[in-house]
Formats: sequence, structure tokens, C-alpha cells
Amino acid sequence: MGYQPVKFYQTGSFVVGNRLLEARDRTVQADMKRTNSLTLGHRACQGCGEALGARYAIDAAMRATEGKVIAANATGCLEVFTTPFPETSWQIPWIHSLFGNAAAVGTGIAAAMKAKGREDIRVVAQAGDGGTVDIGFGVLSGMFERNDDVLFICYDNEAYMNTGVQRSGATPPAAKTSTTEAVGTHPGADFGKGKNLPLIAMAHEIPYVATATVAELHDLEYKVEKAMSFRGARYLHVLVPCPLGWGSAPSDTIRLSRLAKESGLFPVFEAEHGEVTGSSKIRSQVPVEEYLRPQRRYQHLFRPEPNTEVIAQLQAIADKNIRRFDLLDAQSTNASEITPAGQETLQTR
Amino acid sequence: MLQQIEGSLAVAKATALCRPEVICAYPISPQTHIVENLSVMVKGGELSPCEFVNVESEFAAMSVAIGASAAGARSYTATASQGLLFMIEAVYNAAGLGLPIVMTLANRAIGAPINIWNDHTDSMAVRDSGWIQLYAETNQDAVDLHIQAFRLAEEISLPVMVNMDGFILTHAVERIDIPEQEQVDRFLPHFEPKQILDPSDPVSIGSMVGPEAFSEVRYLAHAKQLLALERIPEIASEFESIFARYAGGLVSKYHLEGAETVIVAMGSILGTIKDTVDELRESGISIGVLGITTFRPFPLDAVRTALSGAERVVVIEKAFSVGLGGILSANITASLGSASIKRYSVVAGLGGRSILRSSLVDFFKLANEDEIDELTFLDLNHDVIEREMHRMQTSVRPGPAAEHIVHDLGHGAKAN
Repeated sequence: MGYQPVKFYQTGSFVVGNRLLEARDRTVQADMKRTNSLTLGHRACQGCGEALGARYAIDAAMRATEGKVIAANATGCLEVFTTPFPETSWQIPWIHSLFGNAAAVGTGIAAAMKAKGREDIRVVAQAGDGGTVDIGFGVLSGMFERNDDVLFICYDNEAYMNTGVQRSGATPPAAKTSTTEAVGTHPGADFGKGKNLPLIAMAHEIPYVATATVAELHDLEYKVEKAMSFRGARYLHVLVPCPLGWGSAPSDTIRLSRLAKESGLFPVFEAEHGEVTGSSKIRSQVPVEEYLRPQRRYQHLFRPEPNTEVIAQLQAIADKNIRRFDLLDAQSTNASEITPAGQETLQTR
Repeated sequence: MLQQIEGSLAVAKATALCRPEVICAYPISPQTHIVENLSVMVKGGELSPCEFVNVESEFAAMSVAIGASAAGARSYTATASQGLLFMIEAVYNAAGLGLPIVMTLANRAIGAPINIWNDHTDSMAVRDSGWIQLYAETNQDAVDLHIQAFRLAEEISLPVMVNMDGFILTHAVERIDIPEQEQVDRFLPHFEPKQILDPSDPVSIGSMVGPEAFSEVRYLAHAKQLLALERIPEIASEFESIFARYAGGLVSKYHLEGAETVIVAMGSILGTIKDTVDELRESGISIGVLGITTFRPFPLDAVRTALSGAERVVVIEKAFSVGLGGILSANITASLGSASIKRYSVVAGLGGRSILRSSLVDFFKLANEDEIDELTFLDLNHDVIEREMHRMQTSVRPGPAAEHIVHDLGHGAKAN
């Protein structure tokens, strides 16, 4: 099964009708018995994609394991905003050790559970993109390579937001950060740099790799539950917009997540044992401009004049993703032919 | 049971007797034989239940130990030298979190220049990390200290580092009494963690602490080390009652009674020093030895008491603080306070250079007459240093110094 095959869309949006689903398929967050693993009181910014993603992901992991999850957290926004001691927003056993070692701490917990014969208790390690693709990369690759029984979730907001929006290895080209400023002849982050962690994870041939966004939270939950159905190393890469770092409106977090996927810039797919098993198709394709324009980190691409050359380069990246992950199918529409997005989908039902 | 075995194998056997549940290791000389032996025991089923994790770095080794220990598993790793430095962030973290991990450090020099042989630069680099540091004089000591280390670590919930001199101890084959499992089980109770990651009783571990409480948390670490200062001699006594031999404790004393000159040292060099002291005492010199078994927490009172009758103290140490001098010496000085005892610091045995009894005999005789400097680098080749210093001062681009000194020494040997 390549992607979530549910096709019941509610009017005017892409929200899946929860009540139309089988009880087991209903969203975890709609369940009165959800665990609220990451609960109230945390200090995330308004519109924080990471807080949203973590809440959905960990609650889904809790449901999949009947409440037996231990989490290891890297240093970063998620760690800082959830545990300003003596307050903690975590309702699960949770440990923060260092910035670069979440995967190895996860390995240690999993090894302890195995030695104690408690393999029913499952481990989730989580980090931002810096703690995943940069400083935590060595131990993450080690965890993958040994196929340790850990689900690693990267909440990717494409820069070091906790320290003031510096460039990471996950920062996309042309994006302005505080270390790739919008100055000089090539403003923003360079083209030809950065790494694609989902593909690197796949190269380890681990049982399960998936990407998701906070625009499709049911899909995120589904992927967490799917991940928990495997033993061994699993990797989930979730795009989580950061209003502060991206220079976007807090109310646009979901919209930007959706546009990232719908433009093809962020391919949403699944892979098992190193092979792509399916991708979430673009429903209504949009040019990358629609995704870029609302974000101040890309403002230099549109002012004073649109930098058509760089925008075309970014479109080429999206187009490559579309080919590579087979993101268009017969049901995909082109948003340039319809407005507003979503109407077309409704009419074709 | 008496066995004629390598120190590393003995330590592996002792560790296995302690029933660790998670062992993680990354290869680095001279520690490798320890974990190689443990891996065989785990893979062969002799040590079970136990997970042996072949990690990809020392940073991961300590991080895996942190996760395993926080999840309630008795956790062990071993490293040396560069490996210790590579894991240093996690070393501090394990202590800060109060996790009772036991680690063997097969003491080795730190580069550059890269050097695989013994000294204490590695352990001294983490002396302020919050780990308890014990030093083995012999391989029997190393065995016994490991068994005590698990007990101590878990009682006070702090990590313990057992130091044994690389190659000198790790690779030496000698007669060792390996305890029986029944004895170890009697001495070392089942691990009851003070904090644990448990879904049935969830806690957050490793949260951010601001200025309002950071000092108190850090002071607590100090207070726990002071508690260890009390428990270490008691644990050594309990150990003696079960194993019928004394090991561990804060300090070891050798002919201290009435000794005018006291030599202070840590680790395997104490053997050579004791032999030298025997020889000097036969010739009528009033000299004794104080061995430091527990370096952290530093036994200020025990050292002060032990040295109270001395006229002079000569500290021999295998590490130094560049730009200052002896490190152990500074700690000894801290314990002596304003007492009118002469203090001498001797840096010796760096990077595996043999500390020869012949050198010590001559040096201790001079020391006994107060004819030595406050700080001495034992057996230093001053000629080669002067030539290199001259070259550095007269050449615009003198190039790499280490390579020049080795080259110089090679030529010197030929010329001779």
C-alpha cells in the first residue's frame, strides 16, 4: 500500500471526514482517550509546526503501543519549549541528554528494554533538523545501520530556529537565514548544498522511511502507526513550518505545509527496506511561487523585482521531485487552471 | 579463583560478574581487549541477559549508556584517550543526570602528537566532569575496583570511572584472583535505579534548569561526591569481609609512619615507587609512599592526615596542566593548606615513557636533600629541547616541532 487510500474529502477543504471512517482509522486526536502526550503549558510560539507535529506523532505512537512509549529528545526548540522545569508538558517518560545524541540514547533505551525482556515498550527519538541532519547525523546513521528498534522523528523546520535561525544542512536553497543572509550576488542559502535525510535513511535499507507534513495530520498519524508496526530502525521526516524562522503568519502554518507538498518542493512518500512504496499525490499542483511568496525568508526573490531565474531553479527542484517520487497522477489538477484551490476537487466528486 | 591472565580479560571477567545489562563500546587502544572479551561472553551466551552494542563512536557509546542507564539497565562501557575526549560532552551529561554508569578508562596519552601509550592526561581532562575516579595500582586492584564501582555508582547514583594504566596493566599477564559469582552477588545487589524511564510512571529527565536552580543542582553533585567520600572506605571494608582482601578505599599507605619524605602517586607506578622506597629505606633514608586510589572525590582530609608527619612531599604524576604544572600536586597542595611541608611536583612517564627505578633512586635521594626544583620533568632531554627552541626562534617557518624532535633524536642516536 503506497499511500493512505482514503478519498472522502469534506466540502471546500481536503480534510478527511473522520466520522466516515472505521473506528480504527479515525484520527487519534479525535479520540476522547487520546493520551495528550504533549499537553498544555508548553512555550511554543503561536503557529509552531513542531509542537503540532510532535503532539500528533507521539499520541499516535502511544495509541499504536497501548501507551508504552519512551521518548528521547535532542536539544532544540521542542526540548526547550516543553520542559522549562519544574514544568513539563510531557505525559510520557521522556529524556533529554544532548543536542547530537538522541538516536544513540534511543538505542540505549531499546537495548535496556531488550535486556529486560520488555520489548513491548517502544522507543521514539526525536530531534529538529539540526539534531538530525547535522550534529546528530553520525549517531543516527549508526542507529540505522545497526537496525536498532527505534523510531526517529525529525521535525524539519529547515534551520536552527532555537538559536536564532541559522542555516542547517536541511535549509533549502535561496532561503534567507541569519547565516545565509539576503545579501550579495546570490542572496540566501546556496544551491547545490544540503542533504536529503529521507533518501540517506533509505540508503541504510531500514524497514521504514516516510515523510509527512502537518497539513495532513491524519497521514502523519497513519505513518507513525505504520512505523510502529515494524521492528528495527524507522525514520519519519515531518515538515514543520516555523513562523519565526520562515517569516510567515502563524495562521499560515498549515497552508504553507500544504503548499510545500502541493508544489512538489516537499515530496510526501513512504519507503520500505530502501524502496519507495508509494507517494502522496499532488491534488492541486501549484507553482513554487505560491509557496515561496508568503515567506519572508524568500522575500528577496520577489523584491524589488521577481528573480525569475532563481524561482525557476526552485521550480526545477520541485519538478525533479515530482518525477522522482511520481507525485502526479490522473486525479492531480493544476492550480493555475482553477481558483480557489479545492473547488475543482469538490466539483469532480 | 586464581588465574594467570591478561589485565583486560580479568577486568572483562569482573565486569561480567557484575551482570551488566547493556555494554556498548567503540574500539580504541589500549582498551579494546576488555570489550572484545565481553563481546565474546555476550555472544556466546555466558553473559545473559545482556545487550552488546557495537556503536559507531565513543560519543555514541556514552550516549547509549546514558539511555540504557536511564531506562534502568546496569550499563558499562570502556574507552581511552581520544575516545574519552570524543565522548566528553556525554561524559559530563551522564554525571549531570546522575546516571550510575561504570566505565573503564585504559589511561592513555592525548595527542597531538598522537601517541597510544600510557599516561593520565585523558582522565585528568575530565576530572571536573562529576565522575568518581578510582585508580588501580595492579590488575587485582582493577578487578576489585570494578566490582566496588558498580556498588558505589548505584548507591549514590553517580557514574564511576575506573582508571587502569594502558598497556602497563591492560596488557600485562599476571596472577589474579577472580571472585566467584556467588561472592559478587552477595556484595552487589540488584540495580534499583534512583530514577527511571517507565511508561507506568512517566517522568521527564534532563529538563532545562535556569539560574534560579542551577547552582543548587550543581551543588547537589558536589554533595553526592562528598557522600561518596564516606561510602568508599565503608564499601572497601564490606568488600574485604566478603572477598577476604582489602581493595579500594581513598588512599593507600606504605611506610608512612615517621617518614620524612613522602612520595605521592596514582596507578601502576606505585609498584616501582614502592620498590625504590624499599631500597632507599634499607640505606637509611626516611621515606614512604601515599597512593591516591580515589582522585574524585578528592580525599582532602585523608591526604592531610596521611601527610601530616612529613617534612616534604614529592608528587609524581603522569599528566600536567600546560602552563601551570602538576595537577595531582595542586590537589595535594589544596589538602595541605598552609602546613609547613615542602612540596615538589614531578611530571613523569608521559606518553608511555618508562619511569625507571634507577631514575627514581637518584631523584628521591636528591629530593630527600631538597636539591630538586619545585617542578621537574623527569628524564627530560634538555639538549633536544634547546635545539628545537633555537630553531623555532631563528627560523621564519620552523615547521612541525614534533617531527623535528623525533628526527633530531634519530640523528643523535646515529651520531652516537
